[in-house]
Amino acid sequence: MSKIAEGLLYSESHEWVKVDGNVAIIGVSDFAQSEMGDITYVEMPDVDDEVTAGEDFGALESVKTSSELIAPVSGKVVARNDALEDQPELINEDAYEAWIIKVEMSDPAELDALLNASAYANVAE
Amino acid sequence: MDNLLKTTCLHDLHVELHAKMSPFAGYDMPIQYSGIIDEHNAVRHAAGVFDVSHMGEIFISGPDAESFVNHIFTNDVRPMKPGEILYGMMLYSDGGTVDDLLVYRETEPQHFLLVVNAANIDKDYTWMLEQADGFNVKIDNQSDAWGQIAVQGPEAEKAVCGRLGFPEAAALTFYTFLDATRDDSRVIVSRTGYTGEDGFEIYAKPELIRQYWQELMAAGVKPCGLGCRDTLRFEAGMPLYGDELTADISPVMAGLSMFCKLDKPEFIGKDALVAQKENGVARKLVGIELADKAVPRHGYPVELEDGTEVGVVTTGYHSISLEKSICFALVDSAYAALGTQLRVRVRKNTFPGTVVKKRFYQTNYKK
Repeated sequence: MSKIAEGLLYSESHEWVKVDGNVAIIGVSDFAQSEMGDITYVEMPDVDDEVTAGEDFGALESVKTSSELIAPVSGKVVARNDALEDQPELINEDAYEAWIIKVEMSDPAELDALLNASAYANVAE
Repeated sequence: MDNLLKTTCLHDLHVELHAKMSPFAGYDMPIQYSGIIDEHNAVRHAAGVFDVSHMGEIFISGPDAESFVNHIFTNDVRPMKPGEILYGMMLYSDGGTVDDLLVYRETEPQHFLLVVNAANIDKDYTWMLEQADGFNVKIDNQSDAWGQIAVQGPEAEKAVCGRLGFPEAAALTFYTFLDATRDDSRVIVSRTGYTGEDGFEIYAKPELIRQYWQELMAAGVKPCGLGCRDTLRFEAGMPLYGDELTADISPVMAGLSMFCKLDKPEFIGKDALVAQKENGVARKLVGIELADKAVPRHGYPVELEDGTEVGVVTTGYHSISLEKSICFALVDSAYAALGTQLRVRVRKNTFPGTVVKKRFYQTNYKK
């Protein structure tokens, strides 16, 4: 059984969102990292890039496979977790600690389309 | 009704170890236990053991056994001494590949063991029966009766010769095997493998294979799944049937013609290979090394600078041992020379790469 952190919102494509004022902090769930296996590379956008809800903003590479990262909300990238460049395995170690990007939301109403922890539990199994 | 997955004699032990299981060649097989990277490194630096019981064992015997094997097999079995093993292929008459396999020459004259890929057992057996017209041979598919494990790595010898009780296996050189009797049954130990390291493959009845697996676990040998089996063989430059050899990819295209002895009087597919060598082939298998970390994977296009598609990736990884992104690719022959600059398309972008030798990793065979 994968871990699902309370207090976060989730997408059906296994990204999580922590809301910090107008900023969405985004990562992938424990289920996602477990499915991927050892993550070897994280393809991330740059600061100031725009992301669009429902579209890919990067990808995770593991030994066996790659998986696109789908933006749960739209907005401008205000931070990227540079530590993941040299240590992509941080996502495997703690998926909820290892955030990937922070996005200044252009339309916070998009959060309403996301799942809470108990709703996500139905998706992640 | 769906075809149910088959299981090997070690299945419950994999489940007990919490292996990630997945269907492969009709079997429910372990893909990884502790993780592909951990298992891969164990084989390179210590010892790992693989359940390969799904592979096929087909025994050929009879007055025409040697000439029949030489008819269907690309390599030449005539010079083989008892206890020796050869690698090669079976081909269709157009030169396309039926399977790649190992041929073991047994001690008893006119007796051979053919070890074939799990995914091709039924196809290979049917093929052999079809080609046997006019040959006085017995073709005995014993795949279900045999279990098999592969113990691989610099510490494999200690595990197999010491812990498993085959001290005589220490004297085996690469691509030779011995016969032993254990528990009133036949055990075959060969110095072969699919990893690029020294190691052994052990064939025995299921009860003994289970016993050997348990003893290896107790000795601290790492259980390894199909995930790292692929990363290891790829680094060592070895093909996988279905990716680098297929009905449409001949050994000449794959760069494996050293295993096709064209000076044999005949074998199925020989004429096609001779023509391919004389006239050239449209596409060849190459190694490509990327400068970036982007991972070239099966099916990704290979292009020129101007975007012209000239090939496709057959297997690729960010190499665990070599720490660079590398792949095999089938490319138009004009671009197959070492040093050629090509690009690989990874999702939306292309990345520059160079054609390099396919044996990326320096192998450690006991020759």
